[in-house]
Amino acid sequence: MIATLSFYAFAAVLIASAVMVVTSRNPVHSVLFLILAFFNAAGLFLIAGAEFLAMILVIVYVGAVAVLFLFVVMMLDIDFAQMREGFQRYAPIGAIIGGILLLELFMVVTVWRFAPEAAALRLNPNPEGVTNAEALGRILYTDYIYLFQGSGIILLVAMVGAIVLTHRDRPGTKRQDVGVQVARAGTVSVRSVPTGAGLKEIGIERPPSPDDEKPRQVEHQHGGHH
Amino acid sequence: MDFFFTHPLGILILTVVKALALLVPLLVGVAYLTYAERKVLAAMQLRKGPNVVGPFGLFQPFADAIKMLMKETIVPTGANRVLFLLAPMLTFALAMIAWAVIPVNDGWAIADINVGILYLFAISSLGVYGVIIAGWASNSKYAFLGAMRSAAQMVSYEVSMGFVIVTVLLCVGSLNLTEIVRAQSTIWFAIPLFPMFVIFFISTLAETNRAPFDLPEGESELVAGFFVEYSSMSFALFFLGEYANMILMSALTTILFLGGWLPPIDIAPFNWVPGPVWFVAKICLCLFTFIWVRATFPRYRYDQLMRLGWKVFLPLSLGWLVLTAFVLKLAGWLPA
Repeated sequence: MIATLSFYAFAAVLIASAVMVVTSRNPVHSVLFLILAFFNAAGLFLIAGAEFLAMILVIVYVGAVAVLFLFVVMMLDIDFAQMREGFQRYAPIGAIIGGILLLELFMVVTVWRFAPEAAALRLNPNPEGVTNAEALGRILYTDYIYLFQGSGIILLVAMVGAIVLTHRDRPGTKRQDVGVQVARAGTVSVRSVPTGAGLKEIGIERPPSPDDEKPRQVEHQHGGHH
Repeated sequence: MDFFFTHPLGILILTVVKALALLVPLLVGVAYLTYAERKVLAAMQLRKGPNVVGPFGLFQPFADAIKMLMKETIVPTGANRVLFLLAPMLTFALAMIAWAVIPVNDGWAIADINVGILYLFAISSLGVYGVIIAGWASNSKYAFLGAMRSAAQMVSYEVSMGFVIVTVLLCVGSLNLTEIVRAQSTIWFAIPLFPMFVIFFISTLAETNRAPFDLPEGESELVAGFFVEYSSMSFALFFLGEYANMILMSALTTILFLGGWLPPIDIAPFNWVPGPVWFVAKICLCLFTFIWVRATFPRYRYDQLMRLGWKVFLPLSLGWLVLTAFVLKLAGWLPA
């Protein structure tokens, strides 16, 4: 009973927040509703017994992807009047795409059937005696290893591409190179100093640099008359 | 007695009691962590620290809490009211719910779930939302800059933290936190995986926005960063959340690397001490290091922070992960 109740609760909040993603006027609110939607989807995964997928959904989508979304959306300078300008023009295209998706959903529910071999697996996401993560790993890293690696490479290429496209080498910028700084001779020296006497008292004002010859003799300021 | 283990209502009551038994000591711990931090910092800077309220200043945390409660909650005019008030609650709630899976002793966890470590990682990666929402909803430049810094910083350090956790999981063969501790009964992972231990500890400093990575609240340039506009209880919730997160991260370090509730050596005087005492002692050691680091190091510059995360920790942790996998495979030490 609790599982059924929580299923309906998660599903209702999921659909409501998905609607709010599209309808809310403030894009930041949209992203926050999207995050709520991800959460409820993770809840649905949990009810289905797929705890690994639920956690990965939260870590990847909520913890990383949505943070970047929010990052970008918050910095957008949005002109609402301009956004509504093209509504009339684009409305038919949007309606057509929406109609096609709705039709497909309708077909999924009514016309399509599960393959007989898969029907038995459908209600059993956890094979006997194996945890969720292990079951996924056994399939992903054996039967589908090439596809798995291929998708990884595609992501890598996209990442490299994004960096190549946006990276500029401006002339005249100074960069810090920690290695060079550390390797430079004569910048850091360790000396044993008697207690109670400052560095000045023993004639060291700054670490000797290769350019300077000898450290200057320090003038002792005794101040006033004795 | 059967009522508590079989009847749904009984299970609910039992869970609430368990949660309170964990959260009440935790909140007292948070209060005294603020006191400990001020005392330790004072000792390191040759000062006395709080010493007026109560003996040795021991009632100082309560004085602070009462002061916070008495003050007026100010919501700026330009702020987004709902989100402005949601952010501190979110930060505090996330710092609390993560404790649901922490095993204090063998079998002493409120929920000993299969994917415990992933749950903790997920919750800790959500911590950034409290900061971002606070920064954005305050409608203030400084708060917003703090939030931006925090978002970039937390995402950068999470990546290497993830690799470190995967390395530990390779040696354990399970995602369950109790199993992770049990796997360390022969040797704590801090010894064979020492570089990972160091990377993980530094990443937790960055993840909790502690010095030397406290750029999101850098008081010298951003006043107080993301919580400039907060006052009274809403500020107190951020404060509590930050310290509770420090304790949580110390607990995670203890579980992953310092052998959780296990004694250092399994011989007579050590294994007389009960497990939770070891667990708390190890957390205290980590917390002391947190404070020690704060007293010692100056704040990182932003580009240095990013360099450390992406150019040093990421390749290092990835390399060590591959190395660990090789060693485990070739030596035949892979857990079944």
